[in-house]
Amino acid sequence: MDFEPTDDQQALQAELRRFLADRVTGEARRAIGELPGAVDRALWRELGGMGVFALTLPASDGGVGLGLADATLVFEELGRAAVPGPVVATFLAAGLGIDVSAAAAGGEAVVGVVPAGDPAFVEHLAALDALVVVDDGGVGLADPPRGGRRVERPLDPLTPVDVVDALPAGRPVGGPDVAARLRTAGGLLAAALQVGLADAAVAMATAHARERTQFGRVIGSFQAVKHLLADAQVQVEVARCAVQAAGVEVDDATEGAGGAAHAHRAVDGARIVASRAADRATRACVQVHGGMGFTWELDAHLLLKRALVLDAGVGGPEAAAESLAAAL
Amino acid sequence: MRLRETPDEQAFRRELRDWLDEVLPTLPPEPPFEDWPAKRAYDTGWQRRLHDAGYAGISWPEEYGGRGATPSEELIFLEETERAGAPYVGCNFVSTLHAGPTIAAEGTPEQQARHLPPILRGDHVWCQGFSEPEAGSDLASLRTRAVRDGDHYVVTGQKIWTSHAQVADYCELLVRTDPDAPKHRGITWLIMPMDSPGITVRPMRTLTGESEFSEMFLDEVHIPVENVVGAENDGWRVAMVTFGFERGTAFVSELLGSMRLLTDLVEIARKTPGGRGATAWDDAGIRRELAVIAAELDAQWALTKRNVSRAARHGTPGVGGSVFKLAYHETRERMGDVALRVLGRARLALDDPTGRSARHLDHVHQRLYALSLSIAAGTAQIQRNIVGERLLGLPRER
Repeated sequence: MDFEPTDDQQALQAELRRFLADRVTGEARRAIGELPGAVDRALWRELGGMGVFALTLPASDGGVGLGLADATLVFEELGRAAVPGPVVATFLAAGLGIDVSAAAAGGEAVVGVVPAGDPAFVEHLAALDALVVVDDGGVGLADPPRGGRRVERPLDPLTPVDVVDALPAGRPVGGPDVAARLRTAGGLLAAALQVGLADAAVAMATAHARERTQFGRVIGSFQAVKHLLADAQVQVEVARCAVQAAGVEVDDATEGAGGAAHAHRAVDGARIVASRAADRATRACVQVHGGMGFTWELDAHLLLKRALVLDAGVGGPEAAAESLAAAL
Repeated sequence: MRLRETPDEQAFRRELRDWLDEVLPTLPPEPPFEDWPAKRAYDTGWQRRLHDAGYAGISWPEEYGGRGATPSEELIFLEETERAGAPYVGCNFVSTLHAGPTIAAEGTPEQQARHLPPILRGDHVWCQGFSEPEAGSDLASLRTRAVRDGDHYVVTGQKIWTSHAQVADYCELLVRTDPDAPKHRGITWLIMPMDSPGITVRPMRTLTGESEFSEMFLDEVHIPVENVVGAENDGWRVAMVTFGFERGTAFVSELLGSMRLLTDLVEIARKTPGGRGATAWDDAGIRRELAVIAAELDAQWALTKRNVSRAARHGTPGVGGSVFKLAYHETRERMGDVALRVLGRARLALDDPTGRSARHLDHVHQRLYALSLSIAAGTAQIQRNIVGERLLGLPRER
């Protein structure tokens, strides 16, 4: 056993972190929000070029040939930068082996995933080239529906939403096993995004707490502030380990070296603890910034709102809790 | 990131499992509640069996009689012994995990020859004389005085939270030898034989009703100068060396024990009427809370593996121990709360009078015990300072 990231894994993560810190600054992120569907197609292609959407595809299919454990590291970075757009959905579509998969893998196509059910709330609709609809029975592929009603005030300003009254069922592209696989990978990578968002939130609040002076001292020296941030960071550290361990468990199960039930439980657990860590960290970030934390101007709300959006994705934390309970 | 075991680790686990299957049925019955001499005999008897099978001092260097196991092997050892229901380290805690490794690292060859073999065999029980009534979180402010008198120190003062003092042979004792030096620089680490004249041990009852801890009063206790470990006035550094032995495994038995409690609680919930013909498990609030607690314990197990891996690579888990403690105590407190909700009026007994616990676990006692997890071995407040200052880089209060 050696549960430290390898040198290669650390390098992969560091490279993407540097790229995103440069490319997706706070200003750039808000500018992406003004684009149709809040997706920057040029950035999407750059991410595709770096292999972000094709990480777990075999090299023979133009993929990177890595595992889901590696993907958790990459998606933690996408979360840290709060990259707008359906990054998890496009990654999942790249692995479906359907006609849009190659374009998704290369970052040429933007694909959404929504749970079946009407009315449907579809994220980033104006940017989508295809929509994957998931229910327990299977997976369908549809053209992006037209005639949806644009939500004027979406929860997250960088996640535009359309309400679609009748979701097209689409063409069936997979059965219950594919739906289950999608839910597992999608849930795990949403959790990885939340770990990144949470880490970014604590880092942002910590930087502020080291600068901001009140009563003649920087506020980070007050235990009331320090302990709030320490508690948040504890949740982040634990959630990060859970997410990465779940990635390893899924990879081991895929290779026949571990039980599928065990891996499922690990993913459900990771989804639960990552959601809670993101909640705690993004709230702490707002609180430590005081009045400014409650403004539109500061990025704190963007981290908090993205974390809440991710909870509403396929296989959210409530479903994960029921699924985990059934395994107890 | 690899969770799979190496062939060596698998072989270690198999061999240990076989030995446990063989030895556990031969153990005597567990000692009665609060019978400390019997508890000592039981725990040291287990230590002797570990010794004879080559598992004593699992993480100690081989040159001092230990097994020299890797942190991963130590993790496997703790995992397998807990799962098999083997005795905990109990009375051997201070000797095998604190005093022994400290003497191995800092003691003289004479001290090592005299103390290490009997510790490994389970012949000697040790206790820890660090905390004082006025020196808790601020341990370095300790006031127990040691005055040099020829080839002895004459020690006077009071210690507290001394586990197993009633049945200990030796005490690792921190004393103040230079009252004029800055507080961290006037402390000395001494080996105190517990049969020295002038020691009074008064057991304290904790809120769970147990008396594992004692107060210890020292009235002109004579301790030979040759019992100094390290140098005079260098005791703070020696005490800190002890903490450096932590390889991320300190809470493995605790955590696995909590997973066992959770599994048992789920079984109890399935058997407990919850109103309208349903069971407590049919209550989505209880069911999901138990799932969340299971997720947190699983996550803390992943963190433990990370800490152990980090220790194997860098020699220390860093602040991972503080991160673990903060996460763990919070989960255990919530687990205790949901246990009481499941038990209903059966909570009025500390142990399990209903027989619903298939494993006869004492969930109400555990609910109370969990209160100590945010106090012992560094309070939650101190741990938050450590995480805030060392992990996040926030400034100290003063």
